[in-house]
Amino acid sequence: MSTEISRTSLNLEPAALDEIKHLISNRAIEGETVLLNMGPQHPATHGVLRLLLELDGEVVVNCIPDIGFLHTGIEKNMEAKTYVQAEVMTDRLDYLNNIGNNLVYCLAIEKLTDLDVPPRAQAIRVILTELQRISSHLVWLGTHCLDLGAMSLFLYTFREREFILDIFEMVSGQRMMTTYLRPGGLWRDIPVEFEGTVREFTGLLPRRIQQYDDLLEKNRLFLERTKGIGVLSTEDALSWGVTGPMARASGVDHDLRKSIPYSGYELYEFIVPTHTDGDTYARYLVRMEELRQSLRIVEQALDKLPLGPVRSNNRKYVPPPRSELSTSMEAVIHHFKLWTEGFSPPKGSVYVGVESPRGELGCFIESDGGPKPYRVHMRTPSFTNLQILPLLAKGHLVADLIALIGTVDIVLGDIDR
Amino acid sequence: MTDKNEGLKEIVEALQARFDADVYEFRSETSLIVNLEQIVDVCQALRDDFDFEILAEQSAVDYWPQQSPRFHVVYQIRSLKRNLIIGLRVPVEGDAPTVPTIEGVYRNANWFEREIWDMFGITIDGHSDQRRILMPHDWEGHPLRKDYPLGYEEVQFTFNFDEINDRKPYAKE
Repeated sequence: MSTEISRTSLNLEPAALDEIKHLISNRAIEGETVLLNMGPQHPATHGVLRLLLELDGEVVVNCIPDIGFLHTGIEKNMEAKTYVQAEVMTDRLDYLNNIGNNLVYCLAIEKLTDLDVPPRAQAIRVILTELQRISSHLVWLGTHCLDLGAMSLFLYTFREREFILDIFEMVSGQRMMTTYLRPGGLWRDIPVEFEGTVREFTGLLPRRIQQYDDLLEKNRLFLERTKGIGVLSTEDALSWGVTGPMARASGVDHDLRKSIPYSGYELYEFIVPTHTDGDTYARYLVRMEELRQSLRIVEQALDKLPLGPVRSNNRKYVPPPRSELSTSMEAVIHHFKLWTEGFSPPKGSVYVGVESPRGELGCFIESDGGPKPYRVHMRTPSFTNLQILPLLAKGHLVADLIALIGTVDIVLGDIDR
Repeated sequence: MTDKNEGLKEIVEALQARFDADVYEFRSETSLIVNLEQIVDVCQALRDDFDFEILAEQSAVDYWPQQSPRFHVVYQIRSLKRNLIIGLRVPVEGDAPTVPTIEGVYRNANWFEREIWDMFGITIDGHSDQRRILMPHDWEGHPLRKDYPLGYEEVQFTFNFDEINDRKPYAKE
């Protein structure tokens, strides 16, 4: 009788079952355990992630992530656009880290074309990426706690995130898909009220972070849902290539901002928080400390913000300022060439990695010497980090799986590309 | 920066003594062009003897219409201890392309290699779970190959509206 029930609950075509047979245990085929679909439309999967769960009662025996529901062929599309046109596609990868995506793409092109970026542009890039990191961590904190039943925190974190999005709108005219960072610098300089608004925010956030901590750190419900759940050992973190706060909470002291500084991160003082427990609570502590460290970087960068141009002077790759067009024939030619044909970097391939809020975000560009990228591959942190979900989930309850999806901090746009 | 490059140089020389590999340098990045048969051993040596702990990236490039080698499978392997990154490239023939899996060395190669199979149709020899990962499981073709069309939507005008409408891929009942 019980066999009959679980067989119907399988509800899979024989061919589909054959495909995943090697991933589930024999008990599922005999009908002793239940196969259950979670997602793709499930509020706790943070997007369109489908998990095929093999359950023994309420305990997860196997967990098979199925991704690709948000696949939009971004890499293929980029091959058909010029380098500058393709940048708008990068915004749409990880929709919580748009400026970071622009940054890694611009850094890769700058490496490919050997382009210098003025110090003012670099400092503004750092300020904006750190603000983006804060906003991404705030979304993580809000949704993670929402999954665990702490609903009010979600409203608070989204209030603060809105402040950051307003700053982005002020500099670029867009809240999310900014495309503000361009190869060779920035789209244009920041407005005068930028500094005041950012200072207002950096003055306000430490108190708010303290409020979040007060709500969670000694909250027994939160502690019991996170402590000792989903422990990731240092060895597993390394062999599975896990990066970012996930790896740092498991004792891997690695942050690309420190080890291979880009955009002038070596000028700022900050600590890379690590933890050794490797559980969900450790990851919470690491991310909360990262919020504070990001604020430190923003403040230092604002204090030291140099004056000067925000775009490179190399006219072969960067369009001339609008004002030159009416006085210089050369500027008109460059403007025309850059906006019709685009620039053509030399033949070769580069790989650049930056530290996104989720881990190592990499961009591999291969150029064939033409005006369009021959191949772009985005190495996205969520893609690699999600792979360890089955490892973390095994033996936990379904309710804990929800906490684990939250703690991996995935963005499905980033995974499916 | 210079001592860092020297550290990488030593490793490259040590690897070249053991394996048959060409060096390719561009913009301060070093890549080794490795034979198909030796890639697993090179990865093993990098991980065990030279502290390259993390597979940072794995992907492929299609050089169609060139047939031999049509593909390059590209690896980026990172050492946290020495703070270095090294690239590997494996040329693969266009006719029945196959590359051995490095899942046994770096476990996160699992999904990267599934993506390479899905997008380029390069068979991964010895892979534990070779299914499509991003495209639907019954999809035909491999989208990131250069001979795979990008696809577009035909523009409908009043004179040919019905004609195009008939062949549009709407969901059938």
